[in-house]
Amino acid sequence: MAELKYDKDGRLLFTKEMKEEYTILMPQMLPVHFGMFRQLLVLEGYKVDMLTTNHRGIVDEGLKYVHNDTCYPALLVIGQLIDAIKNGGYDPHKVALFITQTGGGCRASNYIHLLRKALEKAGLEFVPVISVNLSGLEKNPGFSLTLPLVRKLIYAMMYGDLLVNAANQVRPYELTRGDTDKMLENWQKKLIDGFQAGRGMSRKQMRDNFDAILADFETIPVSQEEKVRVGVVGEIYVKFSPLGNNNLEDFLLSEGAEPVVPGLTDFMIFKIFNREVDVNIYGGLWAKKKFCQMFKGYIEACQKDMIAALQKSRFRAPGTFENMHKLVQGYLGDGNKMGEGWLLTGEMLELIHSGVPNIVCTQPFGCLPNHIVGKGMIRRLKDDYPNSNIVAIDYDPGATKINQENRIKLMLANAKALAKQEAQKPVGAAH
Amino acid sequence: MILRVGIDIGSTTVKVVVLDEDNKLLFRSYERHYSKARERACETLRSIEDMLRGKDVRLVVTGSAGLGVAKAAGLDFVQEVYATAAAVNTYIPDTDAVIELGGEDAKIIFFGGALEERMNGSCAGGTGAFIDQMATLMNVTVNELDTLSLKHEKIYPIASRCGVFAKSDIQPILNQGGRKEDVAASIFQAVVDQTVAGLTQGRELKGKLVFLGGPLHFLMGLRERFVDTLQLDEAHAIFPEDGDCFAAMGAALCASDYEARPFDELLHLLEESRGATSVVDTMPPLFEHQADYDAFTARHNASTPPQLNINTYVGDGYLGIDAGSTTTKIVLIAPDGGLLYTYYHSNLGNPVAIVLEQLKEIYRLCENRIKIRGSAVTGYGEDLIKNAFSCDLGLVETVAHYRAAAHFNPDVDFIIDIGGQDMKCFKIRNGAVDSIMLNEACSSGCGSFIETFAKALGYGIADFAKLGLFTQKPVNLGSRCTVFMNSSVKQAQKDGASVEDISAGLSISIVKNAIYKVIRAASADDLGRHIVVQGGTFHNDAVLRAFEQELGRDVTRPTIAGIMGAFGAALAARDLKLAESSLLSESALQLFSHTAKPVTCNLCTNHCSLTVNTFDGGRRFISGNRCSRPLGKEKAELPDLYRYKYEKLRAMEGKGFGNGSRGRIGLPFGLNMYENLPFWFELFTRLNFEVVLSPESSRKLYIKGQRTIPSDTVCYPAKLLHGHVEALVEAGVDAIFYPCMSYNFDEKSSDNNYNCPVVAYYPELLAANMPDLKKTRFLNPYAGLHRPKDYERIGSQWFADTFGIPRKEAVNAIRAAYQAYDRYKEDVHRTGQQYIDEARKRGLPIIVLAGRPYHIDSEINHGINDLVTSFGFVLVSEDAVAFHESYAPRKVLNQWTFQARMYNAARYVCDQPDMQLIQLVSFGCGTDAITGDEMRSILEQGGKLYTQLKIDDISNLGAVKIRVRSLIAAMEERKRREGAVQ
Repeated sequence: MAELKYDKDGRLLFTKEMKEEYTILMPQMLPVHFGMFRQLLVLEGYKVDMLTTNHRGIVDEGLKYVHNDTCYPALLVIGQLIDAIKNGGYDPHKVALFITQTGGGCRASNYIHLLRKALEKAGLEFVPVISVNLSGLEKNPGFSLTLPLVRKLIYAMMYGDLLVNAANQVRPYELTRGDTDKMLENWQKKLIDGFQAGRGMSRKQMRDNFDAILADFETIPVSQEEKVRVGVVGEIYVKFSPLGNNNLEDFLLSEGAEPVVPGLTDFMIFKIFNREVDVNIYGGLWAKKKFCQMFKGYIEACQKDMIAALQKSRFRAPGTFENMHKLVQGYLGDGNKMGEGWLLTGEMLELIHSGVPNIVCTQPFGCLPNHIVGKGMIRRLKDDYPNSNIVAIDYDPGATKINQENRIKLMLANAKALAKQEAQKPVGAAH
Repeated sequence: MILRVGIDIGSTTVKVVVLDEDNKLLFRSYERHYSKARERACETLRSIEDMLRGKDVRLVVTGSAGLGVAKAAGLDFVQEVYATAAAVNTYIPDTDAVIELGGEDAKIIFFGGALEERMNGSCAGGTGAFIDQMATLMNVTVNELDTLSLKHEKIYPIASRCGVFAKSDIQPILNQGGRKEDVAASIFQAVVDQTVAGLTQGRELKGKLVFLGGPLHFLMGLRERFVDTLQLDEAHAIFPEDGDCFAAMGAALCASDYEARPFDELLHLLEESRGATSVVDTMPPLFEHQADYDAFTARHNASTPPQLNINTYVGDGYLGIDAGSTTTKIVLIAPDGGLLYTYYHSNLGNPVAIVLEQLKEIYRLCENRIKIRGSAVTGYGEDLIKNAFSCDLGLVETVAHYRAAAHFNPDVDFIIDIGGQDMKCFKIRNGAVDSIMLNEACSSGCGSFIETFAKALGYGIADFAKLGLFTQKPVNLGSRCTVFMNSSVKQAQKDGASVEDISAGLSISIVKNAIYKVIRAASADDLGRHIVVQGGTFHNDAVLRAFEQELGRDVTRPTIAGIMGAFGAALAARDLKLAESSLLSESALQLFSHTAKPVTCNLCTNHCSLTVNTFDGGRRFISGNRCSRPLGKEKAELPDLYRYKYEKLRAMEGKGFGNGSRGRIGLPFGLNMYENLPFWFELFTRLNFEVVLSPESSRKLYIKGQRTIPSDTVCYPAKLLHGHVEALVEAGVDAIFYPCMSYNFDEKSSDNNYNCPVVAYYPELLAANMPDLKKTRFLNPYAGLHRPKDYERIGSQWFADTFGIPRKEAVNAIRAAYQAYDRYKEDVHRTGQQYIDEARKRGLPIIVLAGRPYHIDSEINHGINDLVTSFGFVLVSEDAVAFHESYAPRKVLNQWTFQARMYNAARYVCDQPDMQLIQLVSFGCGTDAITGDEMRSILEQGGKLYTQLKIDDISNLGAVKIRVRSLIAAMEERKRREGAVQ
């Protein structure tokens, strides 16, 4: 049994022994990406389980141990972790928890602390919590994000975005149900096997893989019917996580729409860019700025590879980070960085510009940054783009699916009416 | 000819219409469905079989509850707002906008330009269900409410966001004798405000407006409020004859796009579609067997006081009155606590009349055998009743409840009282009330809540509660506020849950709401070992059982659970040991008269809504006041740092030492400006600008900007900004300056020095949502005041670029601004210390009212500072003491500057025997979900009481008073004990 060790402030550490003995539980946000992240961690010698549970008990545990006015993602993630420790068949003395820590002005930076408070309340204070962050916030002897691992994770993220992007464009049209998901699974496995063998982690190899992936997805037989495309933006957890958004993508599919979900890469670049912006608008170290620019440049280059691959294929490609940053000028300043910051508005703008004016803007009930960058910008977008059709949906333990779905249905009905209105306009009058 | 049928199934009603080819209405019906929507629709269709049998028809379903029905039956469905828009396009083609209120939804449609359709978000009252709730609260039918409202003389401000808020506004008005007519109209006004604020979101409501939906169709008073508020004439306010059925008509119109099918087949589909009963989310039953229930009842019935016969008893009696928010409770006890007389009744909005009638009855029963030697009153109506009937003692509810609970269980350490409208939970520590938790804001779930549901489903409350006792699968409805609960119930019904399952589910919800949301407990031990439950709601065995199950612990429920407040008051009256009670005598009661008149006090900016009660013989009692000025007394002002700071900041206006030659710059007086104004004022005046502050906040100012608020769940301090900025535009300033600030000053006492996202970026929201800003120059640069050296460089560059001011001049001004800010802070520290010294010299207790800098705005704090000082406290703000403490690690990430001050203020207070802290929390403030628990733990570990006051656009001063008075009672008890030890 690993000994419990604490740092000077009394924080329970994840030790090297624990790495051998413990199973680390991680929440799931993006099924494809996180699935690959998990496997990469396994390859590093960690025992990691990704939680895919989705039942009411999770919310109940969350309500019990987290302040009920805290944002919904905290409540869900913490509820899910505690539910897993209690009911997942684990030895509570042999599990540790992963949680990400961003460290911005939003409440989300407090998740790790809320998780520790909750564990204490639940009598599980002996369970170590591992912060996953790129800011050097909390360190643990038994876990480190080494440079090679970070690099692998970035590649996994790029692949994840590409896979999800292609799959989203195929799934609504597939002739045989399940083809797309099967393809997804195959490629995830293939990529991970590649990582294990040291393949797929250079720009060149990634480009080749991108082409191969898209070629494969193109082989899936699809119908030619037209479907309404619906963009999904929002607070990162409820935007991506089916647990957080009541299976929003499934619902949109069942309504005959094609969900368009901007990927994770832009968010990563955004978070790095913020540091650079801080130096620009408030002053600070030149070296810090340079480092951020380099790091950002690298991911942006990868993103451009992905876009180029998509452009060559029959699929639609997203725009670059740079392009989105241009679109948002005049709406929000670069300094608007808490939560999703200006990126959220930028994503809505990019969707509108790429012919997807119908958008679901998701947020936890009472989400502070989204008052500004989500709900706060819809009026202005409607003024500037009269055909934009954005519905803000709040997610909360008490919000019911039926209410949310009715509002999304209204947006879908609007989409139809607006398309009709647009069609009646003389050519050239459109925005 | 193919007829078109539209069926609109809403949350409470079913509407069915039949249209002919010319869109003429052949049939229409509007009926309540009592949650049997499908059956109701079938019945209606059957009733018009003659018209439709054997024909092909086009049938389309719409409505919030129609979706599930349509899906299950395989019928066509259109979304109801879309359907409504279609109907309006057809029947009233030149419409500019539509407002439709339904049972639980509010909708708005803008035509002209781009079509825009919107529904209320998930947290929004102001709908039919809200009006129903309010009618229940006032004990009238909805129609009576309507009739009453037409005779109003005055409108009170009532929060419309949700039922709980509105209730806490309405009760004090009713209990203090406000006119029902005025309250009724005020309720409708609240609905109007909510609709306008919540739905227009910056788009102007003008032109020809059409009003639709049940409430607007039936309620003339509601119509009147809309027409008045929006200043519409007859040509521009259209209330169509079939306004209650428009969505159904729209569905019928949309049916043109769908295939025709034989009517008989459609009806068959609908009748056979009894949705698969698959309620997935259920919980264990409350009772497995009758035997369990019997044992349970026997155990609880053991806690009962002796019953005495008032017709034969001879001796002393003590009277206790609990003038509660919705009910009046009265007991008469013998010295040993034996019950001579009990009374429990809804106060029908007029507690004085009820008490009068009961006192007469009690005197009659007492004859000459029983002498009333003491009388005490507690509850919301305490002051009014005490004055009306000259009772000996008034005591705060918490203390009354504690007295009563201790009578049954002297070791009691936790009391929870769930009444009709409110919930009070408190711990008992060292013989005093401690840690009071009241249901506030987003945490309803009390007795009237079940009652409303019972009524909606067609049951009486007692029968409804019993239904759930033995069901095997109570449905899990979550634990949130009423609005959410409505839709949870809707969903459960859709999933096929029975009324029994829902009844049990609601009882469990109430309990979960109390435990996790109001009390914030994770286990039974967080409450206590000796728990006494009381309040009328605990007479409901389902609730009581659910409470014990959830805690896994037996609790005590006295048989007189519903009248414990009155019982406690009677015990307190007994302990006064008076020779003679001052209670009005039997003969005096014969002459008793009472009239109430509403008045608005204009003696200060609080503009309290006063009620002047006049009794026989010219006795008067004024209620609703926050200070003693309207009572004719000179206001005894104790040192109040909130007031000091406010006045100091308000004075920072004009040209200062400059000449104002560069123009007039407007600064909105809100959010972080309350902290940074000394800096900006110095900076701008040094640069020869004239500083124009926006006017002082007021409800009027809020309403001014209300229509441009895009998010109805943001905090009130932020919402106020819209009015401030609009006022500045009107003032014709040359530019408005309102910077974005991700970072606040770094006071080296926290892990980071952020502002919250709302404070940081609200200027950008204003820029995007306020069309009026185009009329002026709106400057909202990012300012990094936390890095003085860098700001000299970056700020001066900005001034050079924006105003062409020489860099050197700007650098000097910035340096001076930093000094001015430091001087301001030092002044606050020094003055705070003076106040503390003065308090100590005079032996007065000190309250640290801890909030954000903008909480000193009296429109935001609703005069709570006045209230606190009126109780004899000296008041200082958090920033006046926080600087004494330095950085210390916290259990949470301590990353916001303003919030860090509160932690340090709390730490400081822990070491000061004569100080207590009260935390102010704005509703919707996300950061306080984090600070609240942390503040509690700091204070409790330091042996202090934790008191939190939640405030929004309207504040429930009653709740504030309960807390402050309980705090005083606890402090006195503590002093008494310490005195006894020494």
